[in-house]
Amino acid sequence: MAENTRSEIAHLYRRAGFGANSGELDAAVARGYEATVSQLLQLNGADPAADAVAPPTFTNVNQTTPNTVAARQALNQQLRREGIALVSWWLKRMAVANNPLREKLTFLWHGHFATAISKVKLAGLMYRQNQLFRTMGLGDFETLVQAVSKDPAMLVWLDSNSNQKGHPNENFARELIELFTLGIGNYTEDDVKEAARCFTGWAHDRRTDAFVFVAGRHDDGPKTFLGQTGNFGGEDVIRMVTHSAASAQWVTSRLWSHLAYPVAPDDPLVKDLARAYAKDLDVTGLLRTIFLHPGFLSAQARQGLVKQPVEYVIGAVRSFGGKGENPALLGLLTQLGQIPFDPPSVGGWPQNTYWLTTATALSRLNFAAAVAAAAPAAVLAPLEGASASDRPAALAHLLGIDGWSQQTASALAKAPTTRALVTLGLIAPEYVLN
Amino acid sequence: MSDYPAPVAPPPLSGRLPQPPPSPAKGIRHLTRRQFVVGAAGAAGAGAIGLALTRSSAPATKHPAVSAASGSGAGAAGKGILILVGLFGGNDGLNTVIPFQDSAYLSLRPRLGYQPSELLALSDGLGLHPNLKGLKALWDAKQLAIVRGVGYPTPNRSHFRSMDIWQSAVPDTEEVTGWIGRWLDASGTDPLRALSVGLTVPRALVGTNTSGAAVPLGALKLPGGSEVASGFAAVETPFAGEAELAARAAQVGADLLTVQKTLAQALSAVPPSSGPSGASTNLETAPPTTAPAAQGKNQGKGRYSTGLSAQLDLVGRLIKAGVATKVYSVTLGGFDNHAAEKDAHARLLAELDQGISGFIQTMAAEPKAPPVVVMTYSEFGRRAAENASAGTDHGTAGPLFVAGTSVKGGFYGDEPSLVDLDQGDLKFTTDFRSVYATVLEHVLGVDQKMSLPKPFPTLDFV
Repeated sequence: MAENTRSEIAHLYRRAGFGANSGELDAAVARGYEATVSQLLQLNGADPAADAVAPPTFTNVNQTTPNTVAARQALNQQLRREGIALVSWWLKRMAVANNPLREKLTFLWHGHFATAISKVKLAGLMYRQNQLFRTMGLGDFETLVQAVSKDPAMLVWLDSNSNQKGHPNENFARELIELFTLGIGNYTEDDVKEAARCFTGWAHDRRTDAFVFVAGRHDDGPKTFLGQTGNFGGEDVIRMVTHSAASAQWVTSRLWSHLAYPVAPDDPLVKDLARAYAKDLDVTGLLRTIFLHPGFLSAQARQGLVKQPVEYVIGAVRSFGGKGENPALLGLLTQLGQIPFDPPSVGGWPQNTYWLTTATALSRLNFAAAVAAAAPAAVLAPLEGASASDRPAALAHLLGIDGWSQQTASALAKAPTTRALVTLGLIAPEYVLN
Repeated sequence: MSDYPAPVAPPPLSGRLPQPPPSPAKGIRHLTRRQFVVGAAGAAGAGAIGLALTRSSAPATKHPAVSAASGSGAGAAGKGILILVGLFGGNDGLNTVIPFQDSAYLSLRPRLGYQPSELLALSDGLGLHPNLKGLKALWDAKQLAIVRGVGYPTPNRSHFRSMDIWQSAVPDTEEVTGWIGRWLDASGTDPLRALSVGLTVPRALVGTNTSGAAVPLGALKLPGGSEVASGFAAVETPFAGEAELAARAAQVGADLLTVQKTLAQALSAVPPSSGPSGASTNLETAPPTTAPAAQGKNQGKGRYSTGLSAQLDLVGRLIKAGVATKVYSVTLGGFDNHAAEKDAHARLLAELDQGISGFIQTMAAEPKAPPVVVMTYSEFGRRAAENASAGTDHGTAGPLFVAGTSVKGGFYGDEPSLVDLDQGDLKFTTDFRSVYATVLEHVLGVDQKMSLPKPFPTLDFV
């Protein structure tokens, strides 16, 4: 029974966070599963460990006017350094956070409202958006979407400044509807065009980096959106889409897909959970329902997700007592194909088999070898001390996973050195799955 | 936004698609590692995968792919080699092959349009974008086919859905397998028959039973030495009853060994080209550790590669080495220009032009290599009229290029009207599946029924 609870809590920590080490698991098992869920969802307070990671400082480009080619190049170099510092800052937070759920949920919202620094350019704006996910990501979903829609990084990312009366730019309206709130199949092309009109005049003020509503650019004629006609503005569109039944299913399916296993929005399980969520759009309530749902602990869920590279890397860092400070992490994540703040598109990162290619298998092996080479002797001591037949179990304990298949265990027991053991454990299918 | 890799969604398989040839049924216990690909491969997540399917086994170590010495491994089964160039984000076809004699063009594109004098004139009142000089030379040599107005009925303007449609070749229902993936299913077990350059495998190369492999541009050397090597093969062996995703994870590890053994050896015989494109293709040296945020806007799919020319340089080396791959996939991203399109698009077309024309030129100097055919595709063209921000919104049909020494140059398909529009978008004239049917039959030398749910007329461009 206790073993069962331990396995369930380890699963919870892998999905709600980045995995737990044996000390965290011991404490959580003593509390029990439900109490651990409640504790993870207690996110009102500070996170002393994560908050101790100092954010980078950002150049205020509005007060910098490079006049020469050399000055422009220097500024661009500086902005690139700030982007790298920003990624490092977040990785460190993930690695040390007392409550990993806050960083995990921030990461999930980043993938949901995927915005990339490759276009936004300014790390300072990406930082503000990231803090928005961190502080508002657990509350009311409509409030979150209203804030994200006026977030400067998002305004830049989806070309809001060029969405003007008479010449709408559909970029933001389309992705808001298709990806952020409703899901494909729940709207028409005319809805996209009409929604774009509603958002005309929403802009990013480059001097102050603030949201501004430019009344002169706003189309204040009547629009017909999702079957309703009125003189709608952008806030009305967000209210209508977030409160629709289709959105409840879409948002529920997205969170379930990232925390349990991939599902379609019309899955009966999703419809069931979405009905409760639709009453108040409360994200914390939805998360609690997901974590306490029997399906979350089902075999389908246990075998239903591949670790995304960030989960894979941070999980290993936490297991081996790292603080996410190794500068090589960024290069390894680049090889693995997932860089925070730089998703491949507004659709975020795909799941599961997307990460299972021959090329990423090689990247995982490179990462595993690097972790094994750098692992502190103190962390490896329990592995060194175990007999050959006990070493696979000792490694599973260290990594916070249930165990190995007979085949993997047999290969691990034959590993000639502790570092080979660690390398092989990190690339084994049991660890590659989340 | 910069790039649009197709997301992998897991809807159920359509029942009406061509299925792999039936084999004698065996119990699950008899599955070999290679057979297990059947259950584990690309469509993992679909849930509808036939674990009971079996097929003849081809152990990785006996893979017939390479013989760098003979240089003829690739030509055995089919006629030529197909290179797919994915243009992600939606290429603006109207500013690629430009109807400059149509007065409607400059009225639709007052800021984005090109004057006739700037263009590389072809015929039929059409001209190529000024940065497509290499393609113009191929046109003059009758080695460039331009298929006009390519699209499909009831176009979808979502990047993700429309790219899925192009890659699956199934517009009406959600389909997880790709058009090349279904050919892989129907024609064998070798993971090297289709290779994607980069970290990901596009849906086009994903089958129910087997998928193409991904080959990185970075080092292809396995770390850890012999201490790890012996355990690696043992850990990365799918077994009967293993969870689907776990088996898939093991399978790609096993395939990596195949790819590594075969390709690293083959490439050691063919050094990277010395030009600027080849210099960054360094399979045998250090992996790229370029920092992410540091990458420029116009490096194509920079985070996965170092540009189209580098990707094609690697493809060329593999072909020269005699690797038996029949289909390669390379990508160039960044085409989603809703604002300030003109310069960004011009830079991308220059990269496309240098990549393709340089590759054709290099391969033309290899008389022993099988003929190569390069084909571009993009999820959609863009709105006929420019928007207020000197960009274009998502549209529908567009032209695609097919280039190669074996190609019959010229125009195929009708040019869409700029006046008779559908909600501001071009009406397609040529179904993209006709283009697929053509390269399946005339480049790969296989029956289009292996891939396409219903027959499409072929074109004469190759």
